[in-house]
Amino acid sequence: MPFSATNSRNAISGAKVFASSISHPLTMTSIFTHEFNTPIYKGKTSFNTGLYINGQFVEGSMLNQWGSPSPVLSILVSTAALLGALFAIDRFVATGKIITKVAEATSKDVDVAVAAAHKAFETTWGLNMGGAGRSRLLAKLAQLMEEHQQELAALEALDNGKTFTWAMDVDTTFAIDTIRYYAGWADKIHGQVVETDERKLSYTRHEPIGVVGQIIPWNFPLLMMSWKLGPALATGNCIVMKPSEFTPLTAIRMSELIHEAGFPPGTFNLLTGYGNTVGAAISSHMKIDKVAFTGSTLVGRKIMEAAAKSNLKDITLELGGKSPNIIFNDADVEQAVNWAAHGIYWNHGQACCAGSRIFVQSGIYDEFLSKFTEKTRSLKVGDPFDLDSYQGPQVSQLQYDRIMEYIQSGKDQGATVHLGGDRVGTEGFYINPTIFTDTTPDMKIVQEEIFGPVGVVIKFEDEEDVIRQANDTVFGLAAAVFSQNITRALTTAHRLKAGTAWVNCVNQLHANVPFGGFKQSGIGRELGEYALHNYTAVKSVQVNLGHVM
Amino acid sequence: MAHTVKIPVPALNKEITVSTGLFINNEFVPSVDSSEVIQCFNPATEEIIASVVAGSSKDIDVAVAAARKAFKTSWGKNVTGWERSRLINKLADLIERDAQELAELETLNNGKPVAIARDFDIGDSIQCLRYYAGWADKITGQTIEVDNISKMAFTRHEPIGVCGQIIPWNYPINMWAWKVAPALAVGCTIVMKPSELTPLTALKLSELVIEAGFPPGVINTVPSLGSVGGAALSAHPDVDKIAFTGSTLTGRKIMEAAAKSNLKKVSLELGGKSPQLIFESADLQQAAAWSALGICYNTGQDCTAGSRIYVQDTVYDKFIDVLVSTVKETVIGNGFDQKTGGGPLVSKAQFDRVWGYIDAGKAEGAKVVLGGERRNTKGFFVDPTIFTDVNSDMKIVKEEIFGPVLSIGRFKTEEEAVALANNTTYGLGAGLHSTDASQCMRVSGLLEAGTVWVNSYNLLSNNVPFGGKKQSGIGRELGSYALEEYTSVKAVHWNIGEKLQWPL
Repeated sequence: MPFSATNSRNAISGAKVFASSISHPLTMTSIFTHEFNTPIYKGKTSFNTGLYINGQFVEGSMLNQWGSPSPVLSILVSTAALLGALFAIDRFVATGKIITKVAEATSKDVDVAVAAAHKAFETTWGLNMGGAGRSRLLAKLAQLMEEHQQELAALEALDNGKTFTWAMDVDTTFAIDTIRYYAGWADKIHGQVVETDERKLSYTRHEPIGVVGQIIPWNFPLLMMSWKLGPALATGNCIVMKPSEFTPLTAIRMSELIHEAGFPPGTFNLLTGYGNTVGAAISSHMKIDKVAFTGSTLVGRKIMEAAAKSNLKDITLELGGKSPNIIFNDADVEQAVNWAAHGIYWNHGQACCAGSRIFVQSGIYDEFLSKFTEKTRSLKVGDPFDLDSYQGPQVSQLQYDRIMEYIQSGKDQGATVHLGGDRVGTEGFYINPTIFTDTTPDMKIVQEEIFGPVGVVIKFEDEEDVIRQANDTVFGLAAAVFSQNITRALTTAHRLKAGTAWVNCVNQLHANVPFGGFKQSGIGRELGEYALHNYTAVKSVQVNLGHVM
Repeated sequence: MAHTVKIPVPALNKEITVSTGLFINNEFVPSVDSSEVIQCFNPATEEIIASVVAGSSKDIDVAVAAARKAFKTSWGKNVTGWERSRLINKLADLIERDAQELAELETLNNGKPVAIARDFDIGDSIQCLRYYAGWADKITGQTIEVDNISKMAFTRHEPIGVCGQIIPWNYPINMWAWKVAPALAVGCTIVMKPSELTPLTALKLSELVIEAGFPPGVINTVPSLGSVGGAALSAHPDVDKIAFTGSTLTGRKIMEAAAKSNLKKVSLELGGKSPQLIFESADLQQAAAWSALGICYNTGQDCTAGSRIYVQDTVYDKFIDVLVSTVKETVIGNGFDQKTGGGPLVSKAQFDRVWGYIDAGKAEGAKVVLGGERRNTKGFFVDPTIFTDVNSDMKIVKEEIFGPVLSIGRFKTEEEAVALANNTTYGLGAGLHSTDASQCMRVSGLLEAGTVWVNSYNLLSNNVPFGGKKQSGIGRELGSYALEEYTSVKAVHWNIGEKLQWPL
């Protein structure tokens, strides 16, 4: 009966022995040290700022050093409150305040990382490591993330500008859940045995794809990293990852935790760098078997093109959106207001599933607008490390400028700025939550993704018309519908062309529920069991056991 | 009164403390109405090592009520999969931490070697818990397209409720994990009855249940005699499901009690008389090694014990030689002795039973080619015994012995081999050894068993299902299949557009 030598050895000593056998001292690159002394969090962080390749931190082929005039990534922070703490580091501030410099990778570094990933895939990872072993390492990583959760959340707030509270409650918590969830999948990868005829054995193996490139956005740096990393490692792939140049800090810190968890060298590689160099090199690399990207539709298209022109690598894309939020006359208006505010202002509107087009039926339009305005006014914009801040600054000067241009275009095209529309204060990229009314369907603010705290409220009369308008977009990431009549709610949800439809809620995500886009919002699904399909190649094996030719 | 005992471990010059009460609502409590105790023996020395409270049927009522309350308030649908996962993982971590001491306690009460208990029984248990921790947040029903317009249909895989679990003495910790892990993962609550022969480690594990942070009442442990606590659980009107691992005889009684009471769901993992077929193309050395593992592992106290071997006549003599010399290497001894590969049988009753079979084999005319001789020492030791020249009518060929006693027969053709193998009321495991791939496929398809090993034997994985055909059981443990044993599927039909005209 129960006797499983391989299992037991893994369970008792395998993971430990394994971890110690590959644990090696990290080479040191430049170290970033920062002391948080804020009302909400006090603590110190200190970590390498090099590239993480083959289980080591290295400076990268450009040999960027502290103080070197050669190109370095400037990490911008947009919070004025941090000025004092950062001043010692900051010597050449442009707009935001520079937190630190990190190594900049080039396409040469991509080659080195890919080679390391391939070697790991063929020797220590991939089909060479059982699911139980992969599960143990991912679970260990989740545990380390939990131990350093506050530090990770503080780094995220520092680098991205989101509030520490949100970074704690959502970004880091959800990231830990995701890694733990996929740790659970690692020993549950099942193919099928397919009945054909008795003289044949036909079965499928769900094998890891190989070396995968993963390109992560800046809006949820750690969370999007975990969405990508979890399923890829659970199924046995090796990773070459590029975090956003705007927000690489948590990814670098995570590399140390990945190292500490005991993943074999080369399994996970992190290259900080720019999209047009490192991102382009990954997308067109002949030895990367798959690329996964979360970001803009514009860049997603380029990545797909590069994949098509190079080695036809597999792709998954999680792109932009202009998600409708439909509120019917029979909705619970108070609840609809709260959810709609969360839908558009959460993460400062920097969410690909932001409910940026709010359709309100005429019977409750005035009531909704007045309550929504009141709710919006109550949202405090301020320092991410303040206890009562709901909304922090936008991530960068670039994004700030872009959003302000959209606001201007709304005004120019004749929409009414019902609320906001302006900057908060004079320092940092803070934008007042903004409501537009009196829009027409052809306006840029109705058609294009703004990626900021800017919502348009549109009045509608009948159900058919609102479904037509809601679907009148090139995007199809998400949609929401509010109605107390469940038949209307579900019928509408089913008719909306979107990868996620929320009924009487918005922006709800779970690690075990799939997420991804219809139409030009993407290809493939992240999260849930579905994400495993993005990282496995199905092999059919047909064994002839008696069919004589 | 409930209290604790310190059990000396002379071989290691230490003591292990064990709580000896009933474990209900995260507390060790005395029986409500009984002063009976269960005496626990060390089978290597035949000495009493501890006495624990023997639960009565009223104690089962109390435990079931606690489990029901937990199901309705703090567990069941009141706890997320994430939280269940976290707690089960935590329990696994604690067992890993205490693996050495748990192994020593298992050896004291069951007799098996400490290293085997630690690295196999407990190592496997830890992984089993982790495996099912991983399932806890992956319970999915289906949405079913009905007509895409007026109807929505979906299924919910809901926890069944309060589960009675009755576990055997051959792998006390490991069977505890197999039962507990999937039940907890899907949200069931548990009243566990460990074997009266080996209740100590289940009590020790109960301490870890508290430390892991499970809400009171989620796992309750009631040591009791099968005829008392086991019978009460099986017939209990408020137990929704009963899972049992043990003899076919008892399994039948449990199923009857379920049928007569509330038609509770039943899963049974019962006995076996598992065959192994050695074909002429087999690697005989390897086949002999796997065969030795099949019959000697856990001193044959294993429901999948490969207790019948059929060898193709062309390689019969050669195989017997190799097998006898392989099995001879098995060292049966005290579990605290590092050289020991297998411990004593668990009890005097088992010892007498196995000797009864050996004597019957001799009396019915089978030939002893190895073992079959008694030791004149303390302890329930039985050395591996191999019979040849057997026929299908002999008791040693027909009945489960549950000791290191092997019967070997011969066959000429594949058809004959399959017929011999399937000539049993059991259908738990089966093995075949051959290098002919077509034959492997053909024969594995024809063998009537829940598990077929091809060119191996007895190895299990937590993610591969296990269970019996025919009278070896009902349901499957391990893998995703075990989840089905602890969930009830609810189909929800939701009208979102159909208007009913009445009359039709």
